[in-house]
Amino acid sequence: MKLFIINSSIGRKLIMSLSGLFLFLFLTLHCFLNMFLLGGPSAYTAVNDIMELPVVTIMVPILAAGFVIHILYALWLYWQNYRARGEVGYASGKKSETTSWAARNMVILGLIVLLFIVLHLTQFWAKMQLQSFLGGANQVHADQSYDLVANQFRNPIVSILYIIWYWVLWFHLTHGFWSAFQTIGIDNKKWQPRLQIIGIIYATILAVCFTSINLYFLFGFGA
Amino acid sequence: MEKTIHITLKIWRQKGPQAKGAFETYQLNDISTDSSFLEMLDILNEKLISEKKETIVFDHDCREGICGMCSLYINGHPHGPDEDVTTCQLHMRKFKDGETIIVEPWRSRGFPVIKDLMVDRSAFDKIIQAGGFVSVTTGGVPDANAIPISKEKADEAMDAASCIGCGACVAACKNGSAMLFVAAKVSQLALLPQGKIEASRRAKAMVTKMDELGFGNCTNTGACESECPKNVSISHIARLNREFLKAKLKD
Repeated sequence: MKLFIINSSIGRKLIMSLSGLFLFLFLTLHCFLNMFLLGGPSAYTAVNDIMELPVVTIMVPILAAGFVIHILYALWLYWQNYRARGEVGYASGKKSETTSWAARNMVILGLIVLLFIVLHLTQFWAKMQLQSFLGGANQVHADQSYDLVANQFRNPIVSILYIIWYWVLWFHLTHGFWSAFQTIGIDNKKWQPRLQIIGIIYATILAVCFTSINLYFLFGFGA
Repeated sequence: MEKTIHITLKIWRQKGPQAKGAFETYQLNDISTDSSFLEMLDILNEKLISEKKETIVFDHDCREGICGMCSLYINGHPHGPDEDVTTCQLHMRKFKDGETIIVEPWRSRGFPVIKDLMVDRSAFDKIIQAGGFVSVTTGGVPDANAIPISKEKADEAMDAASCIGCGACVAACKNGSAMLFVAAKVSQLALLPQGKIEASRRAKAMVTKMDELGFGNCTNTGACESECPKNVSISHIARLNREFLKAKLKD
């Protein structure tokens, strides 16, 4: 029984679903804290003090594990599904209607999101938390973090790339949200359209909030 | 007035399971739009016989949409462009004059090609044999009110039981997953008192067999539901997930 999360298709999908929902929670928290950027340097510094608490340090490896599990399981499932399709493809294409465009392209959307995560981590995490793990000599501390973000986001190329990223993520989340509930089995005819709409609203709120931060700095607001 | 059309067919020909297949092009003139798709293929086969060529192999049986024997992936859709019908009930009026129609077998690792357009769907039988039954004799038809069943449950079970096991769900799925089929078969029994008792064992056994036979993992794209000739809903997949996970957590 214990190996069903490895041995069975539904077990593997359960892991995808739970890790996905965990990342949803992370993203919500991340978005909420970032909104303090709009409150100016003092508000953001106060929030960033929270980020240097030990509980956050403990959460870092758990969060990283969430990402790694989600990505590894995705690649594994994709490989199995690729093989299950058979060797010959359809010459007349696949014209079946699906629940969404995103549903058919989750892997490619996920890979684009992953590429941006690498960029994002080198720009911020590598200069902040990573440095504190390494001893803190070159660490950008809470009181300088506002300037770090402002400087990066005032660069139009960086900001536009970030905005594209948010909306690629939006597609990924719109399918991911209801799909996670479908996989756990908390879904039926009545709740499927509701969960799909809640997912779209949820993803839109996240993407709009993140985008607004970039636009705020791009148009020269902020200290 | 009978209307007729001229069509070009590109049909997958493959001599055997191991042979390499290829498309062959056929021209058919004056096909009545009132004829069914399979009647059109019969006409083509008659023509091939008269030309002393080998006929095209395709599955069919009842030709009234209930046996689940016909298949065919036509112009990008399992069972063709029409909604909610099997290939045998697809008519030539759905095609335009001069149209090129591409006809392919179901493509999935779980359904290897036997010959031409015929695939081996015995994997579905193996999944049913693994647990898609009630293991005690439940006797004759009981009195209507002997075992009360709510209208909603009876309707849901009936909708699930409308699955004819044709395999269009697997053919449409980008992951070659058989989840809609298995979900329908698990649901139709799990919803009713006679089948409920064995629901856990059944869900585990059928999913294990499905995985073992090389079907893919469902990613909830819903392509299966949109191509199902019987309109089986993916809400049954949620029920299967629920039954399976409940059973595994109980162990």
